[in-house]
Amino acid sequence: MQIVSALVSVVGGLTVSFLIYLGLNFIVGKTNTKWNRRLLPYVFIGPILVLLLGFLVYPTIRTVILSFVDTTNDKFAGFGNYVSLFTSGDFLSTLLNNLLWILVVPAVTVAIGLGVATLADRLGPKREKTFKSIIFLPMAISFVAAATMWRFIYTYDPPGQPQTGLLNAIWTGITHGDPVPWITIDAGRFNDFLLMIVVIWLNAGYAMVLLSAAVKGVPEETIEAARIDGAKDRQIFFRVIVPQIQGTIVAVFVTVLIGVMKIFDIVFAMTGGTYNTNVLGVEFINQFFNFGNPGKASAVVVILMVAVIPVIVYQVRNYRKQEVLR
Amino acid sequence: MTQAAPTLAVRATAERSAATARTATKRRPNRRIVLNIILGLFAILWMIPVIGLLVTAFRSTTDAQTTGWWTAIGNVFGQHWTTTNFVTAFTNLDLGTNFFNSVAVTVPATVLPIMFAAFAAYGFTFLDFKGKEVYFAVIVGLLVVPTQVALIPVLQAYVAFTKATGIPIVGQFPAAWVYHSAFALPLAIFILRNYMSTLPVALIEAARVDGASHFQIFWRLVVPMSMPALASFAIFQFLWVWNDYLTAYIFLGDANPVLTQALYGLLGQYAQGWNLVAAGSFITIVVPLIVFFGMQRYFVRGLTAGSVK
Repeated sequence: MQIVSALVSVVGGLTVSFLIYLGLNFIVGKTNTKWNRRLLPYVFIGPILVLLLGFLVYPTIRTVILSFVDTTNDKFAGFGNYVSLFTSGDFLSTLLNNLLWILVVPAVTVAIGLGVATLADRLGPKREKTFKSIIFLPMAISFVAAATMWRFIYTYDPPGQPQTGLLNAIWTGITHGDPVPWITIDAGRFNDFLLMIVVIWLNAGYAMVLLSAAVKGVPEETIEAARIDGAKDRQIFFRVIVPQIQGTIVAVFVTVLIGVMKIFDIVFAMTGGTYNTNVLGVEFINQFFNFGNPGKASAVVVILMVAVIPVIVYQVRNYRKQEVLR
Repeated sequence: MTQAAPTLAVRATAERSAATARTATKRRPNRRIVLNIILGLFAILWMIPVIGLLVTAFRSTTDAQTTGWWTAIGNVFGQHWTTTNFVTAFTNLDLGTNFFNSVAVTVPATVLPIMFAAFAAYGFTFLDFKGKEVYFAVIVGLLVVPTQVALIPVLQAYVAFTKATGIPIVGQFPAAWVYHSAFALPLAIFILRNYMSTLPVALIEAARVDGASHFQIFWRLVVPMSMPALASFAIFQFLWVWNDYLTAYIFLGDANPVLTQALYGLLGQYAQGWNLVAAGSFITIVVPLIVFFGMQRYFVRGLTAGSVK
């Protein structure tokens, strides 16, 4: 029964959306030439303008307003939510975690992606393809499924019991000491890095694919010329290849950066933000659901958004620059 | 930023990489062997988490509790290999329904934004109107707005709407479709417009002269010609929605839980046995992996075209 109703709603949803365009086009087609010219573009872009306004622009403004409201008593609170966040040690620790994520993950992801792309380029075409598929495969895996997979590596069983986590099996095998509850070790934010490894694992394939395309696009003549001049492999890589693919490197870095800023699923699924691994994305959900405080949750999101603004400015500027070149 | 004709670059290199590989062999055969070994090891290391999951999904509860999954590989015949985990996952945990819910969310949430974006991209490429540049710059800016930003207001709006009209929204599939669609639009429009602006304008003008309306040109000419771009974005969006947890959790919740949410619930009940959790995870990644391996080529092309995100 549920299947039928879902099927009906899928077909219905698609049909209705299509009819909107058809209807708009029909109505505009009835107008005279002058109005037709003026209105026709809005048949094409009108619906998305409505969607973007209704589901992105307007809610964003609402979120900003809500972040200034004390939702426990529905009164205007000024910067109350922000003050209470920034004076809490837990929240500052959350910010520190986000900062660590931003500093480590994009850079390492790009480095691995670039290294792997360059090395794989030297394999034969068949092996290169297989190798790249393997590195790329985690891209298809959800964060929640990835959390399960990495659980079989990080997990801890009490001493004396058989270790079912790979890391602890290796650890106890080598040191003959007690197993270590890796994911709870927050000294030096060690557990943060364990979580970051998972995200790097998920994203490196993406970086590799883009960078590989760029590396292959570097004109062979420039490399040959450097080689004739006596450049070593490493010099060729850093002085000839890297400068020519800088644009792609930056693009990949920015993409991963944005993903990491709003990181949520992996932390939520692996630690739920406990043991000092909390990040803004998880804190948002905690404030909203667990503490029932939409105002404070909104303030968390606004902080996230303010952090993203420089990237937005960069994107728009970059786009403008490209349009001039076009 | 890297729309530098990806297909061209890829083609050029398929030929070239063979040549490079050849010269490398000629010059330093030893180095090539070392490179093969290093990358081979790296690939194995990379696959460890996936292998661990696959192996555990087919183990019995006792085996999974008493020994590490890697021991099963060394002792293939001393294991109780079983498929009961999958049966249990489908029957007791009702993963079949979750699977179905995931499909019901993902299909429209993939098709709708593509349709919307294709229309918009056509408008931005082939039509002239006031403020076109400004609109598009805003869309580029919206590319990076985090999903979390609109969750609370949209959820509140849904609830208010239900209160006013009595029509339930939260928990129903359309609630998630619209949200996914809206947040997919900026990237989809961006990719499709970039693609459409490479189509020959002369062809479209010729159709205009022959008396075709823009609507006809869009459906008969531009959409078929844009298929590669549409397909690659479709794969991208499909994986993204299928693997999403946050949006589905907030807008569908317990009324129509999708696979990722069910799996998250499973993570908390590991008393049932990690072999069961592994089987559940396996079920969630089957579809994305099929999509991934079946359409890898388009997927890669889509990524290369849309690297701005």
